[in-house]
Amino acid sequence: MGLTMVEKILARATGQKKVTAGQVVEPRVSLAMSHENAALVINQFLEVYKDTGLKPRVWDPDKIAIILDHRVPAESSKTATNQKKIREFVAAQKIKKFHDIRGDQGGICHQILPESGYVLPGTVVVGTDSHTTSHGALGAFSFGIGATEMASVWALGRVLNVEVPKTIKVVASGKFPRYVLPKDFILYLIGRITAEGANFKVLEYHGPAIEHMPTSGRLTICNMSVEAGATSGIVPPDRETLRYLREEAKVKGKIEMFQPEADAEYDQVIEIDVSELEPMIACPHTVDNVKPVSQVHQVKVDQIVIGSCTNGRLDDLAVAAKILKGKKLARGVRMLVFPASFRIYQQALQLGYLADLVKAGAVIMNPGCGCCLGVHQGALGDGEVALSTTNRNFKGRMGNPKAEVYLCSPAVAAASALTGYITDPRKGGK
Amino acid sequence: MARVVLKLGDDISTDIIYPGRFMATVLPTETPQYAFADFPEFNARLKKGEIPAGSVVVAGKNFGCGSSREQAASTLKGHELVVVARNFARIFLQNAINLGLRLVVCPEIEAEEGDELEILPDKIINRTSGKEFRVEPLPKARQAIIDAGGLIPYTRQRLLEKVASRKRA
Repeated sequence: MGLTMVEKILARATGQKKVTAGQVVEPRVSLAMSHENAALVINQFLEVYKDTGLKPRVWDPDKIAIILDHRVPAESSKTATNQKKIREFVAAQKIKKFHDIRGDQGGICHQILPESGYVLPGTVVVGTDSHTTSHGALGAFSFGIGATEMASVWALGRVLNVEVPKTIKVVASGKFPRYVLPKDFILYLIGRITAEGANFKVLEYHGPAIEHMPTSGRLTICNMSVEAGATSGIVPPDRETLRYLREEAKVKGKIEMFQPEADAEYDQVIEIDVSELEPMIACPHTVDNVKPVSQVHQVKVDQIVIGSCTNGRLDDLAVAAKILKGKKLARGVRMLVFPASFRIYQQALQLGYLADLVKAGAVIMNPGCGCCLGVHQGALGDGEVALSTTNRNFKGRMGNPKAEVYLCSPAVAAASALTGYITDPRKGGK
Repeated sequence: MARVVLKLGDDISTDIIYPGRFMATVLPTETPQYAFADFPEFNARLKKGEIPAGSVVVAGKNFGCGSSREQAASTLKGHELVVVARNFARIFLQNAINLGLRLVVCPEIEAEEGDELEILPDKIINRTSGKEFRVEPLPKARQAIIDAGGLIPYTRQRLLEKVASRKRA
């Protein structure tokens, strides 16, 4: 039997001809990413070295990336002090892939990594963030780990005792109908297999609908693969991957077009015809509580959020700007827009998308994660409802356990901003 | 014997265990105060020290889903709670093992708050209802880390081995 994408990547990262699902391996890491929780990683890293007589030194400063994105600019003295501690560590350890809160380098980690050319097909990427699954969009085996696990990676350059995961093959055929987006595809899949449907497994995406999908959409589906419990999502690299890496990420060096073997053994195969899909809504309070927009009736919304690591890319802002251009948000609705990085912010500024959104009534925020997880701006009041293009609707997620969060695509979010109710973008506002 | 002090359903996210708004607090010595902060009564009992070490939280499937925040494991470890669930989400399970928080995978567990459980390596006996439930072993990949008492001592051991082998070479 042949190897899946992830088995092949892990075989290489452990110097073996092959590995099989269930085997325990210790892969070498090509990139180790953290954000503000690097403050905890530093603490645990220093613990590892305690009483060893060794000087704490990261295994390879060029393979560590730290991006400040969760609470930027700092909302409290506590956060500011943690961020200061991270900057000092970065300088002392000579970590160059550090992205501070600056308009010329900042952004959300899951956009900074791909757009900076830090992620290559066939490599192992780990991050202290569950949405590290995103980078499978470029053909890497990329997964989330905890802070102590990262401290171990910083010390040894390997992830210790990893069980090779089984892989579920997802084959997407057909053409996306107008205003049905990659977000609708992944919400549909999560609704179908449930929030634990891919627990401890990898979702490997194939088929014509994926081949025609830009990298922005692939990042959306790999990003949310973790909401089905997946260790990672992954897309075998193709012409689009190569285009993105060369033209947008400006990768100069060798790019390997790592592919799964033709006779790879999959745990399960799921087939989806995307031409049958509708815009989808994940209703409170679990991401697998998914319904087609046509079955979500008269839900009045107070706050609309467009952006985040899931849907804050140029294509997402473009579709929202197109729907909102020359129009006004409904009375009583407020809208926050979080571009995924400052590079995207600048592009959207030049293309006029941000002006279209602001004139319609939206507020452009700086790139960041804070609103999505309820730690930094955009918190909800008691009994309020948010409609958001982010990735989680758990109770308490936007800062208030007495509020509700619905998840959707940027097209649904923009169309709903015009009516004040969850609205099908194919029918338009009012 | 261990008493069930909290009974929860399926898909308990790390946002419920440790709400995002307290994430600026990272140190394992400081996180225990925010355990289940959105259940104010339970949180108050924990903080007053009314819940003895070894008490049990029982949950359904996919406990610890969502964010990779390690605070969700360190906050429960700080109170030395034991979590018995039908199954656990991957990152939470690994964080718990890394920090030495005790988890028990018990696919058919039935227990109510106040029940007394006897937790054995291969089964749980609910002494209140008289029923027995099988226990599934934790992933074998993590056994070495469990045996070393957590990932920090295990990594330290591996680091020292690496340095020693480099010196020999």
